[in-house]
Amino acid sequence: MTRLSPALVRRVVARSAAVLLASVLLSVPGIDARQLPDRGTPPAPGAPPSLRLPPIERRTLPNGLQVWIVEMHEVPVVHLTAIVKSGAAADPAGRYGLAHFTAAMLDEGAGNYDALQLADAIDFLGASLSTAAGFDSSLVNLHTPASKLSQALPLLADTVLRPRFADGDLERVRKERLTSLVQTRDNPAALASAAFARLVFGPEHRYGTLTMGTQASNTAITAADLRTFHGAHYRPQNTILLVAGDVRPAELMPQLDRTFGTWSGGAAVARPTLPAVAKPAARQIYLVDKPGAAQSQIRIGGIGVARSTPDYFPLRVMNTMLGGSFSSRLNQNLREAHGYTYGASSMFDMRATAGPFVAGAGVQTDKTVESLREFFNELNGMREPTPPAELTRVRNLEALSFPGEFETTSDMTQRLTELAVYDLAPSFFTEFVPKIEAVGPEDIGRVVRQHITPDTFAVVIVGDLSKIEQPVRDANLGPVRIVPLTSILD
Amino acid sequence: MSRSLPVAMAAIVVATLSWPTAARQTTPALSVPYTKFTLPNGLTVILHEDHSVPKIAVNVWYHVGSANEKPGRTGFAHLFEHLMFEGSKHVKEGEFDTLLEAVGGTNNGSTTSDRTNYYEVVPSNALDTALFLESDRMGYLLDVVTPSTVDGQRDVVKNERRQRYENAPYGMAYPRIGELMYPPNHPYHWPTIGYMDDLTAASHEDVVEFFKKYYAPGNASLVIAGDIDPAAARKRVEYWFGDVKAGPKVEPLAVPPASLSSVVKETLTDQVQLPRIYLGWPTPALYATGDADLDLVSGVLANGKNSRLYKRLVFDMQLAQDVSAAQYSSRYGSIYLITVTARPSSDPPAAVLARLTGIVDEELGKLRQAAPDAREVDRVKNQYEASFLSEMETVEGKADRLNGYYVNTGNPDYFAQDFARYQALRPADVQAAVRQWLPADRRLELSVVPAGK
Repeated sequence: MTRLSPALVRRVVARSAAVLLASVLLSVPGIDARQLPDRGTPPAPGAPPSLRLPPIERRTLPNGLQVWIVEMHEVPVVHLTAIVKSGAAADPAGRYGLAHFTAAMLDEGAGNYDALQLADAIDFLGASLSTAAGFDSSLVNLHTPASKLSQALPLLADTVLRPRFADGDLERVRKERLTSLVQTRDNPAALASAAFARLVFGPEHRYGTLTMGTQASNTAITAADLRTFHGAHYRPQNTILLVAGDVRPAELMPQLDRTFGTWSGGAAVARPTLPAVAKPAARQIYLVDKPGAAQSQIRIGGIGVARSTPDYFPLRVMNTMLGGSFSSRLNQNLREAHGYTYGASSMFDMRATAGPFVAGAGVQTDKTVESLREFFNELNGMREPTPPAELTRVRNLEALSFPGEFETTSDMTQRLTELAVYDLAPSFFTEFVPKIEAVGPEDIGRVVRQHITPDTFAVVIVGDLSKIEQPVRDANLGPVRIVPLTSILD
Repeated sequence: MSRSLPVAMAAIVVATLSWPTAARQTTPALSVPYTKFTLPNGLTVILHEDHSVPKIAVNVWYHVGSANEKPGRTGFAHLFEHLMFEGSKHVKEGEFDTLLEAVGGTNNGSTTSDRTNYYEVVPSNALDTALFLESDRMGYLLDVVTPSTVDGQRDVVKNERRQRYENAPYGMAYPRIGELMYPPNHPYHWPTIGYMDDLTAASHEDVVEFFKKYYAPGNASLVIAGDIDPAAARKRVEYWFGDVKAGPKVEPLAVPPASLSSVVKETLTDQVQLPRIYLGWPTPALYATGDADLDLVSGVLANGKNSRLYKRLVFDMQLAQDVSAAQYSSRYGSIYLITVTARPSSDPPAAVLARLTGIVDEELGKLRQAAPDAREVDRVKNQYEASFLSEMETVEGKADRLNGYYVNTGNPDYFAQDFARYQALRPADVQAAVRQWLPADRRLELSVVPAGK
């Protein structure tokens, strides 16, 4: 498909259905009436398509800023992601939420633009700019029509290099953030996830608090804190600029030189090391009250693995089998077989250091205990030998869907982000399919024994305690503790 | 209403853009070339070729939604959508998903008031798998549906309602908006998710009747977009769908226009921290005159920091946590909705919401008095132009668009005409739309306030 193709003449084969009330036995031009489909066995697919990735062009500006460019010319748009390789894990004690607050302030006035002028300039181009911070990185995303790229680039550079952190904007955004934290109490699913993180990692560990921080930290953070964080981490040596879309490196690089070339900063930043967290000795059940809740939000799990785990591929396949797809065991059991939920799933959140493993679902209040039992049935059931047909299906899902996951310009930058943040080799993409296909039943068995340990898992339930507390206690699944909201969110 | 929340973020993509060689034009002509044909059994098929990535989107629309339901059986179109994944004569229960996953495919479906869609995204080598599954349930669903199949999905759908509405903050406002804005005999009066009692009442007989009435090939359209050869794809469609029997003709609904003759006020309580106000107006249907105009009104009012309501309520006065304004377009009429969530305050919720409503009315009043600046309107139009481009980035997105345009306009490649609606509008049109469609004395004012305050 080329953008310069002449408009295609439409071939419309119109045969009005009203004229023909045909049964399939009627001979119609173009259809062999005798060829009934063979529905006896599902059709066998042909040879799977191979991964056709456009090359990743890697350049470095003199100031150390790395630029990765992937040309995608189908649609005249460009997606840029500036990745600063520092996130919430770098927050100082007492200032949890600082990385997130810093990212949120980047586009609230920058360079010669105040907050409204900056927003107007971006919006007028038809571009969109957003900022985000996770535990291991801070991101600025810019999506723009290719025709507006040269006008959008200086705005992106202002946002990353020259945020104003003006007092008025800081106080306005602070109020917005404190209100968002208040609203967390309204959303049972968000509350369950926050409670799970706090109860598994504890109040001191950075992973035990939302990336956004707490009421207290968001009240305490000052403009000086923001400037200090920005100065320490937003440096060319600590940043990778990803570009995917309708661009050519030869034309783009001089533009980037003009907009990002003057950025100076110290050396690369050391990645913070977070303390390891010991596995608990025994299962513990935590209840959080949500009076009148029509469902109980359940989270079950513990400490998982770091992204650098050598078992990345077996864990990925194992989790897809357990709770990472529609046909996964958890979803088949809790949704399809029992109807207790709209969906059950599980995930390993792999970070620079071991993040959580969590399985969860929202289940109808009067089936809370039954649902817990089925969760444990499935978690324990993973220790049985893996049926070959199931393993093949799951490997196929992972491997065969992979080539299609590089479709949009933002898909591409998201894929590259994982490489950039976790220092993965570019061969990660080309090795993905063979490494998935190499996962065998013994690999599954090994990672299950290591990481799926239901006897030590934390169980967090956010629901109507007037209805579920006694049944959960009577079920004897483990010691029960009632947790107040304040000890989760503060 | 989707059959399932995606476990992973699905990817999507791409447009063919053809530039006329003659005129100097700032905007590329938007076009998604297609071929279209109709099978003898009445199934309309639309094919679009795009080899950017090695995948194919298969997208089926059945021209039936919750507007077609009978009283006492609300939620049935969506419950039926769920049943379509539970197996058919040659596909065992559970196999719909396992067969697709085994070839690296994903699927889902969704139901609105007007239509039900189903889609698969598969690698290029597995088109047959998707067509086998879609044709088998179109032709042979009733061979295997039993009362217990219905029971199983009934429980799932009830949990969907609990999760998305009853147990979600402000979730019960949405069903109430339709009830208050449409009379009980209007097909948009009841929510697509349905009422619990009606979901309980839905029977196996209802399934048989609904399938026979609405799930015929003549009441469906199939789009295949992506890494295909159209001639070969056509042969596969003829092979798989040729034996699906034609069904009765579906008569279009006769839907009376909706209007409000006064202000309709109501207050709901919910387990929330912050009060919220919903202001709603009945507005012109999808693609009718005024529909695009109201989209531009939304941009001027609530899209971006410089939009009028956001700047005043959130940025300057800091009385609101969020504000949105949108035209929710449907086939037989639309709802225009302005939503404002208050910041924490020591004042009573009713007083807080009255103040917010007063400021919204001041801003609507200014737009009635004078047209917005050209730059304001151009900013919104530029955003629309860009969004048209970005929607072209996925075969899945293009497939659903082709199907929707075909169903609603008769022309699958309506991209340029759709975009032209926005290009043609002027600031005075925005002013006129507010005057005509958003009167202060005929609207819904629904408040949601924290329980026990």
